[in-house]
Amino acid sequence: MIGLKKIGMAVAMAATVLTGGIAHAQNSMSDPARAGYYDNLKGKRVVFVPVFMGLDLTEGWSKMMSRQADKLGYKYEVRNSNFNTAAGAQTITSLITEKPDVIVVQNPDVQSYAKLLAKAEKAGIHVIQLNMKTNVLTTGFVGADVEELGELQAKEVVAHCGSGTSGKVLVLAGPPSSPFSAYMLKGYENILNKSPEVKVVSVQSTGDYESAKAKSITQVVLQQHPDLCGVLGVWDNTDVGTAAAVKEAGKSGQVFVSSSGGGGELACKGIEEGMWQHYVSYDVPGQARDLNNLILAALQDKNPVGTTKTILYTPLVIYNKDNIKNQFCWTLDTIR
Amino acid sequence: MSGTELNGGGQAEAVAKAGPAGGASFLKGVAFDQQMIVLLLFAAIFLAFSLLLPGFFTVGNLLTLMRTVSVLGILGLGMAVVVIGRGIDLSMIASLAVPSAVVLMLASKDYGIATSLLCGVSLAVAIGVLNGFLVAYAEIPSLFTTLAVGIGIAGIGQSGLFEYEIVPWPAQLAAISWIGQGSLLGIPYSVLAFIAAAIIVGIFMRKTRLGAFIYASGDNPNAARIAGIPVRPILMLQYIIAGLVAMFAGLVLSASSSSMDTRIFNLTWIYDVILVVVLGGIGLSGGRGGVINVIIGTLLIGTIVNGMTIMNVSFEMQNLIKGVVLLAALSIDSIVNPRNEETAQQGDI
Repeated sequence: MIGLKKIGMAVAMAATVLTGGIAHAQNSMSDPARAGYYDNLKGKRVVFVPVFMGLDLTEGWSKMMSRQADKLGYKYEVRNSNFNTAAGAQTITSLITEKPDVIVVQNPDVQSYAKLLAKAEKAGIHVIQLNMKTNVLTTGFVGADVEELGELQAKEVVAHCGSGTSGKVLVLAGPPSSPFSAYMLKGYENILNKSPEVKVVSVQSTGDYESAKAKSITQVVLQQHPDLCGVLGVWDNTDVGTAAAVKEAGKSGQVFVSSSGGGGELACKGIEEGMWQHYVSYDVPGQARDLNNLILAALQDKNPVGTTKTILYTPLVIYNKDNIKNQFCWTLDTIR
Repeated sequence: MSGTELNGGGQAEAVAKAGPAGGASFLKGVAFDQQMIVLLLFAAIFLAFSLLLPGFFTVGNLLTLMRTVSVLGILGLGMAVVVIGRGIDLSMIASLAVPSAVVLMLASKDYGIATSLLCGVSLAVAIGVLNGFLVAYAEIPSLFTTLAVGIGIAGIGQSGLFEYEIVPWPAQLAAISWIGQGSLLGIPYSVLAFIAAAIIVGIFMRKTRLGAFIYASGDNPNAARIAGIPVRPILMLQYIIAGLVAMFAGLVLSASSSSMDTRIFNLTWIYDVILVVVLGGIGLSGGRGGVINVIIGTLLIGTIVNGMTIMNVSFEMQNLIKGVVLLAALSIDSIVNPRNEETAQQGDI
């Protein structure tokens, strides 16, 4: 009996609260967090130090970062290091004295900036590393898990170059100490070491991701191994050269090329025109959103710099002939 | 050469120069100069690779070898013209990248092949005129002039002229994409482009009056001026030729890899070009050497790179070996042909 009474009371109370709530919802009310949020962001400063502007990747990220900065009223600048590691290091050194609130940095290799980035954090600047990672962890990292990327590529090539084929594979890497060489080769090894049927005939660096170099290496290797089965390419812009070599040798369709990149229009064109048969995208628009969120988190963080360290590995997307129609082949104009 | 030098030591005979006069004592009749040293070095490496490296000495691989270095060779030809005229053109990579990228960009916007090419050529000529004017009339040393102009031109290319730094070869240029792709009678077009450029530059330098003027003013500008050669306009001409040759190389390169990567200005290509020229035996002091030197230098580099790629040598090791071979060639040369007062005083860089 008592139980029933209690339920009755609860129902009555709930009804009162509900009607009260409805009555209240008709009045306007301000979000108490809002004003503080916007005021806090005003006048803050974010600086992007890319390896090189003018690439679909860096231009895509930068466009989204600057758009958010404009909307929220903080300052956003780009300091291009123009493929010059020394210049990049100098930029970061001078930024440490300039003290912006956040530095977003794309590392040319796994070591060069490491100490400087730690120093910047010690000086109270949040450092967010973008897609290319050093061996130290800072406030944040947004980008592909390159080892996983390598594994995805290698798995597909292994599946394609199993029994019944020559099993010969060419590996085209980037600059030797770049994360996209070092970590990627680790990913390849994880899979290839378990696949005795696949034989790596050559591992060569394409220098600074030069397509001309990728082309000449592929030509030489195709000459030595006309029955080459697969190529593990490093980046779509570089593999334009790889694809040209395969096409000129008349081996289109025979050589299975796997590439990777930001998943933009070139990625889709490559699949559609048969330049590469498999492509792992690290989805630049998605990365840019992660990046913007991490920037906002850093700008709102009241703790000492370096207390939280967040890694956001980008969900990777596979492009191939079967699913290419469903992909968002972004361009700078269509990026959202 | 300008007059006889009072060197006394008798080393002057060993100075490498065109003509039958040179020759080290132990190889009578053969000029044992740098060109010869590099040729022998090339022959030795080539022979070693042919014997020891399966798959090296095949027609297919040799054509691939040539194709790999054809663009470098074309650039070397342009650089050779300037170096023979006692200058250096560090802006060649910018002249390779930007004018040809302009051609690709304009063509992709449907301006037509002829108009696009014309704009590219005009830009290449303009770069040459600017370099030439600053060197010849403002008398700024070519090293600084072309370094600055190169950075400037590359900067124009990077300041939003192109949507991306890597400009794709557009479908509108399909009619001329053969210059970098495919082959004629089994020989790749890019190799044919190198051969054609070599013949044209060779004839120009050896058979025409302007070519002779370039040699003369490179050998001794003061004597050339006294002899009535218009030294300053000739200087300008050199840089214009270099600009045009670089643009041609750019078109071959971009047709070949289906895109023009304008970032290449920031890479170390220009050193490879100088390497090819100097290694082949064209002295930086001007007035010596010719097309054949560029071809030998190019083949040596091509052979080393090709062999090392076949052997799957790592990137760092390849650079090391390239450096060691260059040093070896230059050391042998300076031991066999020691410097004397005459050669040493001539504006070495």
